[in-house]
Amino acid sequence: MIVTGKGGVGKTTVSVALGMRAAAEGKRTIVCEVAAQENASRMFEHTTVGFHEIELEENLWAISIDPDESMREYVLLQLKVRAMRDLLFRSRIFNYLAAATPGLKELVTIGKIWELAQLDRKVKSGSKYDTVIVDAPATGHGVGFLQTPRTFANIARVGPIHSQAKTLDNFITDHDNTGVAIVALPEEMPVNESAALERDLVEEVGVAVDRVYLNGLYPERFSKAEAEKLTALAAEDGAPKAAARAALSEFGRARSQRAQLARLRRRVQAPVKTLPFLFEPDLGPEAARRLSRRLS
Amino acid sequence: MSPRGPTLADVLDGKQVVICAGSGGVGKTTTSAAIAAGLAARGLKVCVLTIDPAKRLADSLGLEELGNDARRVDPRIFEEQGIEITGELWAMMLDPKQTFDELIARQAPDEESRDRVLSNPIYQQISGALAGSQEYMAMEKLFELHTEGDYDMLVLDTPPSRNALDFLEAPGRLTQFIEGKSLKVFMKPTGFAAKVAGRGATVALSVMKRIVGFDLIADLAEFFNAFSGMVDGFQARAKRVNKLLAAPTTCFLVVCGPQGEPIDEAVYFHRKLVEAKLPFGGVIVNKVHYPAEQLRGDVDDLPATLAEKLGDGDLARRVASNFADYQALAERDARNIEHLAREMRATGVIRVPYLDEDVHDLAGLAQINRYLFATGEERVAMAAGRA
Repeated sequence: MIVTGKGGVGKTTVSVALGMRAAAEGKRTIVCEVAAQENASRMFEHTTVGFHEIELEENLWAISIDPDESMREYVLLQLKVRAMRDLLFRSRIFNYLAAATPGLKELVTIGKIWELAQLDRKVKSGSKYDTVIVDAPATGHGVGFLQTPRTFANIARVGPIHSQAKTLDNFITDHDNTGVAIVALPEEMPVNESAALERDLVEEVGVAVDRVYLNGLYPERFSKAEAEKLTALAAEDGAPKAAARAALSEFGRARSQRAQLARLRRRVQAPVKTLPFLFEPDLGPEAARRLSRRLS
Repeated sequence: MSPRGPTLADVLDGKQVVICAGSGGVGKTTTSAAIAAGLAARGLKVCVLTIDPAKRLADSLGLEELGNDARRVDPRIFEEQGIEITGELWAMMLDPKQTFDELIARQAPDEESRDRVLSNPIYQQISGALAGSQEYMAMEKLFELHTEGDYDMLVLDTPPSRNALDFLEAPGRLTQFIEGKSLKVFMKPTGFAAKVAGRGATVALSVMKRIVGFDLIADLAEFFNAFSGMVDGFQARAKRVNKLLAAPTTCFLVVCGPQGEPIDEAVYFHRKLVEAKLPFGGVIVNKVHYPAEQLRGDVDDLPATLAEKLGDGDLARRVASNFADYQALAERDARNIEHLAREMRATGVIRVPYLDEDVHDLAGLAQINRYLFATGEERVAMAAGRA
């Protein structure tokens, strides 16, 4: 499951929540972060998620995919002869190409995700996962990220890179086993962008978009009649005024968000699932757990 | 200068280039457009550049579409929002592929070299699809407009990269790739080059061929050869772009949101700017929950007071609990911003409140504009007025 969406929509929280949900169902699950963001580390205090698989909770694992480490691992798996590997790692030309080739980092990152998803793990001592959840980069790059394998398959028309890039592209576009979830916010532009993103993902990349999560939906705490009552109170002075204004602001936002939810439902093909706004200052594992109970 | 620190107008005084940087989803595009409109309202000829593929700037400016050339924004659409554009406001949305093609056309010594690059399969892939080229082209276009356009001020909305720094390194990285200096020696390991490269390199190359396949190596060789006449031009240009970024007339504004993660990213980005000796101008925090005005009376009694006033105990409890939630967010934001100001040693953090209305049109943009260009006191007063 690849979780994507524009920046700041809560992809990491949703990814972790999805991971918790799958883990609770008894599936051995891993949440992958890319581009060394370490957002999950932030969520789970005292835990540093690095380029190794660590267990956060029962059945729930995490890894932060570092492209340089992935490249190294890839070469180690390709070249069994130690002398050849050493030669390559020391070679200026190799290090130069590895650093300068645009898109190579994305390619090896997807390669590592593929490796994690294999029943027969390539990495020694790697055991299989039932579910792999990818906290993908923010869009803008999101589609580009998922298109990288095809781009490489096109550049390298034949040879090992071509066939491996092709394998990765097939992996991403395998509708039976790989799905994409888009995370959106109930605001005008994020809704537009999510609809455009779904179209690009389906038409250009060819992936299956399984679900759109509308994150951060305010509860409907007040009715219209109550809002009118509060409007009168908001004209007075003191603490009740501030509280009434806060309530009116909530009322207004909850309403405009419902309108955006309706727009989103009209504009995307995939089913939309809403997730509540969490009124807590800092989102930790418990917040993700509460969200995970809302997922199906 | 106001006692609460410099205003945005102070920060931007005497600048020619403003670069709005920050992670995605923090309102960079709207902020950039609001800054540009504010400067145009102060009589300057301003151009705002965005490369966001989601056409958000076009949305914000009420334009159907922005092309790869700057277009003048009709000042009348701002008049309706109470902003009088006394200068000129221009806007453009960057098409990275087209910009790259234009750059090649400019750098190529002749038509044949140009076509050779443009038709190269590797070029076609990297110029359009691959990450990094967008950032590079944003810098390139900025430089082009700076040298060739006659704008008083350029406002760049940086690409929504996961890593806000990508675009700083992009010109160097891509130029380095195109340059292919260390590669070219190995591509044709004959004669003198072969002697210099030595046997080890030849073996390394054959190992690489095994991994990547010969065709790719051959294509790369062709790619570098096609670029051979342009390398010096690219290098010289990258140097000048970097010089522009570091110039005292350039100013980086860090844009972020009030939550922990965007704040940490802003702090990190600021540190990188300082390390790179790039001119940091200030920080703008969007969507801030302002605390309610100094409360009079005992807040503990709030549910009771509300119940009395509303004559509805259940509603009173919900209003009170909603208020408590809101205040908790306001306290978190205040804490995070304090931390941010401390880390950046910033004298004035510009806070734009979380507006009741979703900001996506010109009215919203105008509202943001008023907050951005207000003095610190004015902002607090404005936020209190609507809180």
